[in-house]
Amino acid sequence: MISLNSVNHSYNGSAQISFKDWQISDGDQWLLLGASGSGKTTLLHILTGILKPSNGSVRIGDTSIYELPARELDQFRGRNIGIIFQRPHLIRSLSIAENLRMAQSFAKLPEDDKRIDEVLGSLGIQHKKNAYPNELSQGQLQRVSIARAVINKPALLIADEPTSSLDDQNAMAVLQLLLEQSGLNQATLIVATHDKRVKDAFTNTYELA
Amino acid sequence: MSPLKISWKSLRSKPLSSALNMMLIAFGTGILTILLLASTQIGDKLENNSKDIDLVVGAKGSPLQLILSSIYYIDFPTGNIPMKAAMELAHSPFVKKAVPLALGDNYNGVRIVGTDSNFVGLYKLQLQSGKFWQADFETTIGATVAETQKLKVGDTFYGAHGLTGSTDVHKSHPYKISGILAPQGNVTDNLILTNVASVWKMHDEHEEHDHDDHEGHEHADAETHEHHQHETKDADRELTSLLIQYRSPMSVVMFPRMVNESTNMQAASPAQESTRLFSLIGVGVDTLQWFAVLIMLIAAISVFVNLYNSLKERSYDLAIMRTLGASRGKLFLIVITEGILLTLAGTLIGIALGHLALEFIGSNQESSQARLSGFVLLWDEIYLFVAGLGIGIFAAVIPAIQAYQANISKILAKN
Repeated sequence: MISLNSVNHSYNGSAQISFKDWQISDGDQWLLLGASGSGKTTLLHILTGILKPSNGSVRIGDTSIYELPARELDQFRGRNIGIIFQRPHLIRSLSIAENLRMAQSFAKLPEDDKRIDEVLGSLGIQHKKNAYPNELSQGQLQRVSIARAVINKPALLIADEPTSSLDDQNAMAVLQLLLEQSGLNQATLIVATHDKRVKDAFTNTYELA
Repeated sequence: MSPLKISWKSLRSKPLSSALNMMLIAFGTGILTILLLASTQIGDKLENNSKDIDLVVGAKGSPLQLILSSIYYIDFPTGNIPMKAAMELAHSPFVKKAVPLALGDNYNGVRIVGTDSNFVGLYKLQLQSGKFWQADFETTIGATVAETQKLKVGDTFYGAHGLTGSTDVHKSHPYKISGILAPQGNVTDNLILTNVASVWKMHDEHEEHDHDDHEGHEHADAETHEHHQHETKDADRELTSLLIQYRSPMSVVMFPRMVNESTNMQAASPAQESTRLFSLIGVGVDTLQWFAVLIMLIAAISVFVNLYNSLKERSYDLAIMRTLGASRGKLFLIVITEGILLTLAGTLIGIALGHLALEFIGSNQESSQARLSGFVLLWDEIYLFVAGLGIGIFAAVIPAIQAYQANISKILAKN
């Protein structure tokens, strides 16, 4: 259960953005729609615990995340929230497996090579385990970034414009993987986008005014 | 994935700039290592060679020159002193032991020193083969001399006039090697020792018949003979200098003043002159030291710029790490570890290079009197290590604080 309660935010006293309350049941798959500038990124950052809203609270499970001390919030995010960005952004100096291992150790979870193999296998890129990011194609990199987001079996999986830089075929493939992986890892999925192509795959929609 | 491994991997992914930074630091540390080792060793050598000698008495002139020529055998002597006056001083109640020195000849640049058996006691000399010199023109040579000049017991050679060069060879009297010293680790390794009379006779052409007389005599016989002869002639003879060991600490105050005021000779203290010499060398050492410190400073700035720039490129990487659960403290640690790794590696390489370079310099040194060795570890090198660490922290702390304070929401939103 994830809930957003009377949250609003203003950047340095500029115009305030208010977000309507939002209740998400475990395992739901949601689409977050909104034009550019409507506060989509702001809301995602608030949901993921990297931007404290001016007012209101965010609860994930039993935790009101902004009441946690900073260190615990970081660890909570590492363990319970997986984030997929528009572009993959892997650490270039680390191999694919090391990128995933880093995600495990930052969340203070044991490094588990079996889990890494399992996730990479389910995304069809296990053979790239020891490759470095610059050796992979854009599509493969996006899969690795999905792998990194789900490696710790998060309760909440958030994707920010995951398809907007991809062609139709890849966009659909990535969307399928997201839906599949959230199901596989029993994670609640929120996909933020202005991409019309992905609309049909979701029944739940949260629209920003 | 520890922060250490992440930092290490990040450095390895940009080998050129990492190598440049390490080289700068290694260069600075290397120079400091060489200075540290060289000045320690030179200081030790100065001290070792003058360890048991309290005072040198010689002809008036520069006291430093007197010390250099009579203790380190590197400069020209100040002149000669009359044997008679020297012996009066030697028998003074202030003096425990007095060793006469007669310099003036060399063999292939190795100094021939005319002295007596007190010299053996003063330097606590040990033989490696043969025996100590006894008769005229018998010599005992230092271990290094034997090695470099390829001489052995029983060999003969001709001395040449002067302290270097072999143009004016004394063809009339060959020296004979009666013994070789064990390595002493001081200046005596590089000397040829003989008795004072040999040096005198080498220069007195009219005495040549005396010398002929001696040949064929038994050693003991020759010595007594020589002794008698000297008693009558001592007054006209001259020495180069006299090494003095005091009888009591009281002598320190009284004796030098007595020599300087009441005789035509001067007294010089090895300890004082060595200190003065060292302070003269010190000016050069100081200059080099500042130069090395400047290089280290430039290295620190270079590491700082490198980290600062890479931080701009990596700010997104670091933000991602935060979203993966890394705390601010962890990012701080990753960035500062990178700086410390760089400078620490540079420091270690620099210390190693410094040792190798000094060994190289030492093996190419002409005068083996002050040969330097690179294969010596000093406790003081730990300070270089600490300095390297300090520079790493100094250079990395600002970028690390920036990584710590980064507003990840802003960084992520910009993209």
